[in-house]
Amino acid sequence: MQSAPSRLTTEPAPGERIVRVGCPAHNCGGRCLLVARVRDGRIVSLGTDDRPGDTLADPQLRACPRGRAYLRRQYHPDRLLHPLRRAGPRGGGRFERITWDEALDLVAGEMRRVKERYGNSALFVPYGTGSYNQLNGSVVARRLMNLFGGCLGIYNSYSWAAINVATPYVYGTLETGNQRQDWLNSKYILMWGWNPAEMRDGTNSELFVRRARESGARTVCVDPRMSMTAVALADEWIPIRPGTDTAMMSAMAHVMLSEGLYDAGFVRTHCVGFDASQMPPGCEGEESYSDYVLGRRDGVPKTPDWAEPITAVPRATIARIAREYATTRPAVLYQGYGMQRRAYGEQVVRAGCVLAAITGNVGVHGGWASGLANQPDGGCAWYVFPTGENPVPASIPVFLWSEAVLRGKAMGPEDGVLGAGRLDNDIKLIYAVATNCLVNQHADINRSIGILRDESKVEFLVVQDQFLTSTARYADLVLPACTQFETWGVEDGWKYGEEVLLMPKLVEPPGEAKSDYRICAEIAERLGIGPEFTEGRDERGWVDWCLGHYRRTRFPDLPSLDEFEASNAGVYSRPVAEPAVAFEDFRRDPERHPLSTPSGKIEIFSKQLFDMGRPHEIPAVPKYVQEWESPFGPEARRFPLQVIGHHTLHRVHSTHDNNEWLEEAFPQRAFINPADAAARGIADGELVKVWNDRGATILRCRVTPRIMPGVVDIPEGAWWEPDEEGVDRGGCINVLTSHRWTPLAFGTAQHTAMAQVEKA
Amino acid sequence: MARRRDFLVDSASCSGCKACQAACKDRHGVAVGILWRRVYEIAGGGWTRDGSGLVPQVFAYNLSIACNHCEEPICAEVCPTGAMRRREDGLVLVDAERCVGCRYCAWACPYGAPQYDETAGRMTKCTFCADLLDQGLPPACVAACPMRALDFGERGALEAERGLRPDAFPLPDPGLTSPGLALIPHRDARRAGPTTAGVANREEVIP
Repeated sequence: MQSAPSRLTTEPAPGERIVRVGCPAHNCGGRCLLVARVRDGRIVSLGTDDRPGDTLADPQLRACPRGRAYLRRQYHPDRLLHPLRRAGPRGGGRFERITWDEALDLVAGEMRRVKERYGNSALFVPYGTGSYNQLNGSVVARRLMNLFGGCLGIYNSYSWAAINVATPYVYGTLETGNQRQDWLNSKYILMWGWNPAEMRDGTNSELFVRRARESGARTVCVDPRMSMTAVALADEWIPIRPGTDTAMMSAMAHVMLSEGLYDAGFVRTHCVGFDASQMPPGCEGEESYSDYVLGRRDGVPKTPDWAEPITAVPRATIARIAREYATTRPAVLYQGYGMQRRAYGEQVVRAGCVLAAITGNVGVHGGWASGLANQPDGGCAWYVFPTGENPVPASIPVFLWSEAVLRGKAMGPEDGVLGAGRLDNDIKLIYAVATNCLVNQHADINRSIGILRDESKVEFLVVQDQFLTSTARYADLVLPACTQFETWGVEDGWKYGEEVLLMPKLVEPPGEAKSDYRICAEIAERLGIGPEFTEGRDERGWVDWCLGHYRRTRFPDLPSLDEFEASNAGVYSRPVAEPAVAFEDFRRDPERHPLSTPSGKIEIFSKQLFDMGRPHEIPAVPKYVQEWESPFGPEARRFPLQVIGHHTLHRVHSTHDNNEWLEEAFPQRAFINPADAAARGIADGELVKVWNDRGATILRCRVTPRIMPGVVDIPEGAWWEPDEEGVDRGGCINVLTSHRWTPLAFGTAQHTAMAQVEKA
Repeated sequence: MARRRDFLVDSASCSGCKACQAACKDRHGVAVGILWRRVYEIAGGGWTRDGSGLVPQVFAYNLSIACNHCEEPICAEVCPTGAMRRREDGLVLVDAERCVGCRYCAWACPYGAPQYDETAGRMTKCTFCADLLDQGLPPACVAACPMRALDFGERGALEAERGLRPDAFPLPDPGLTSPGLALIPHRDARRAGPTTAGVANREEVIP
C-alpha cells in the first residue's frame, strides 16, 4: 500500500486535512477514489485518485463529473435537516418538523402495530440504491426488519432483472465475463447497446476498450443513439431500432449458418440445442435454434432481408457485421443492459450469449461469453454487511412491489413469488431507505401515486433520505439521513474491480441528520432489539467487520482498519497481471468441467424454458418477439415514437438531479432527430410535450442527428415535478413508462414505451 | 523558469464526459455560468434510406478547451489596463487588481477563454493550475480525465514532433494567436466545417 507522500497531490494547506475516500456510491457502475480536502469541518475540494503509476494492471480510479461535482450535492441548501411528519393529505407536500424522539417512536409504534395486526409479511423495505455502500442505504433497514421478525422479501433488481435471470439458463452461472484487461487480447469488440463511457460500467471500462482498440481491436457500437461510447470508442456506429436487437442477432446467426462461419466443432462438443442432432432428451422433435433461424418450422428464414425492416439496419450491414464478428476471432460481444429492460428482455440476453457460443468465443482469451459477465475470480461481493436471515420466507421480484400493495394476497408463483405458495398479506408498511423507486424511478408515476395516495393500502410510509425526493413527498414521515461523507462506509469494485475502497467519516452531518445505520439502531432500541442490531458496534466497527469478511473471502492481504485508515490510502487494490477468463476449464474439458446447466453444456435450447409451456413469450430458443408497444403495433398510430431513457452523466439514476454543476454540464433535454422535429415544427431548444395515455412531460428538446429517427430519448432520473394539471415539468420519463413486466424475470420493461411529441 | 506548456487534447478519444470541467470547477471554485474549461460537442451529417434500412452519415466529436496560454495572446493585446499579461513562463494570467471587467479580452479571444465574473466584476479564466505546475504536478483537468485523453507537454514539442495542429472545426486558425494547444483530431473532424457541422451543445458551453 502506498503512503501519502508519494502521491500526486499538493501538501495540505495550513488547517487543512487530506483524506482519501471512496466516492459515495449510488449504483453507478463506477467505484472511484476521491481526495477530499477538509477545512474547518467542511469539505472544500474533491480531487481524484492520485496514485502514481496508473498502469493497465492497476489503473487509477478516476472519478467522473458526478464524483468531482459532489460538493454541490453535499452542501445543497435543500438537504433534509430534521424529521418531518406529514401535515395534510398524503402526497400534498406539506410537512411539519418533529423531534427525533417523536419520529422514532412513530416508526417503532407503526412497525409494532402493523406486525400485530397483519404479521411481519405486511412490512416491506423496497429496492433502492440512493446510498449504496456496505454500511449505508437499505441494507441496514433489512437487518432491522429481519431481527424484528422479518418482512416481505425482494429479489432481483431494476437494473438487471432479465439479464440476471436469462444468463444462467444458457450458462448456469452469472460469472461469464473475463477480467477486463483481457480485452486487449481481442481482435473485435462489438459493443451492443453498451455505453461504458457514459454509464461507467465499472470504473475504467472505457479506458480498457480504448487500450484494446490501440492494440488493434476493431470496435463497433450498436445503439439507437450515437452515444459517447460510439463517438469516442467505436470505429463504426450502427443505429438499431430499439427493441429489435434480437432480430438482428438472429439474422447474424442466419448468415453464420448459411455461410458456414460458425464454430461447428465447439457447438458439437460444448452446446445443446443448436440443431436436431443435439436436442435434449424428451425434446428431440422440437424446434432447434437452427430450425428457428432457418425458418424450418415457421416458414420465415431469419435472413438479413427479414431483419432489415424490423431493425432499420440495412441487410448488407447485418451480413457484414455477422461475417466480421464470426471470423475476426477472438471477439467480444458485450451486451449492455438497456435492451434487457424491455418487453421480452430475456430474449436479447440469450441471443447474445448464443452468438458468443456458436462463434466459439467462450472460454478463450480475447473472447467473451456475453450475458451478465460477472468476474470469474470470485468478484462482486455485492452484500457484505450482514442483514441476517429473513424469517419471512416469501419474496417478490423487486419490480412488483406495487402489485403486492394492491393485491398481495392474490399473488403467487405466476407473479414470481418465491418461498411461499401465495403471499399471506398485502404490503401495509413501507420503510423506504435511500430509494426513489416508489415514485420517480418506478414505471408509470401517475399509477404509482394513485396507489400510494390511498391510505387504506399502504398504511404507513416512512422515507429516509437526504432530500425531499418525489418518493419522500408521499411519505407519512421523512427521516433526514446523512451523506456517505458524513459517516463511515466501505465499498468494493462493483461488478468489476479488484479494490476495496474505504470511506472514512469526513465531516459531521448538517442539522439533525443521522446515518442510516444510526437511525435503524435507534429504532431497534425502541423495539427491544438494540443489542442484537448493533452487536455493540458503531458504523466504524461494522466497517472493521466488513474488512474482516473481505480478508477471509477475497483479499487475504487487506490491512486492518487501523492500518488502512492510518495509511490514508483510501483504496486497497490487487493488480491484475494475468486476467482471468471465464469457462477456461469447461472449454478445455467439458466432460470433466461441466456447466451447472441441466445438460452441463451451453444451452442454446433450454428444456427448462420449454417445460414452462409458454412458447410465444418464453421460447426455448432465443427469438425475436414483437414488443407489446411497438412501432409495428396499432398503438403506433397515436404514439409513433419510441421513448428510451439513457443513463446520463448528469445523475446516478435520480441522485444528483439537483446538482447545479451537473445540470450546467448536461441539462435535461428530450433528444429528437431533426426529421421528427421538422415534421412537428419543433426547433432546437424549444419546449416540447412528450405524452401518451399514461402521462405527459414538458421539457426542452435537443434536436440532434445523434438519435435515430422514430426515437425520442429522455435521460432517466430527472425529478418528477407535476404542475397543477399533473403534467410533469421536470423531464421525468417515468410518467410515460409502463409497469408491465417481462414474462420470465418479472423485471422492468420501462424502456418499452411509445409516445407522441408536440410543441408545448 | 518553468518550462512552457501546451495542453494536449486527444479529441479522437474524448467522450465528452466533462470530468475535466467538473474538476476545474472544484479546484477553482468556479461559479455556475463560468466555464474555465468547457467541452464543445461538434455534430453534423444526416440520414439516408437504404431499402427499409436507415443509414447515418452522422458524425460527432468533442473538443475540451480551456485557455491555450497563447504565444501571441490577443486578450493581452487588447487589454486596456495591462491586467491580462503573459508571464515569463508563458502562462497568460489575469491580474485581479488591475482588471476593470471591460470584457475586451472576452470579445477578442477566439477560444472564449476569458469569462466575466459578475460577482467579482472582473474577468476570470484558466490559470493552467500554475501552482500545481510549479510543484511538478499536472493541472486538475489533466489529472481528472477518465479516458486519459487530456494531457500537457512542453510547448511546441507535440505539434512539432507529431504535427498536431489545433485546427479542427470550429477552432480558429492557430496562426492568429499561436495557441498552446496540441490536438489529436477525431476522424470525423475531416468532415466538419462551417457548412457541414455546428456546435451541438451551445447552451452547455456558451454561458
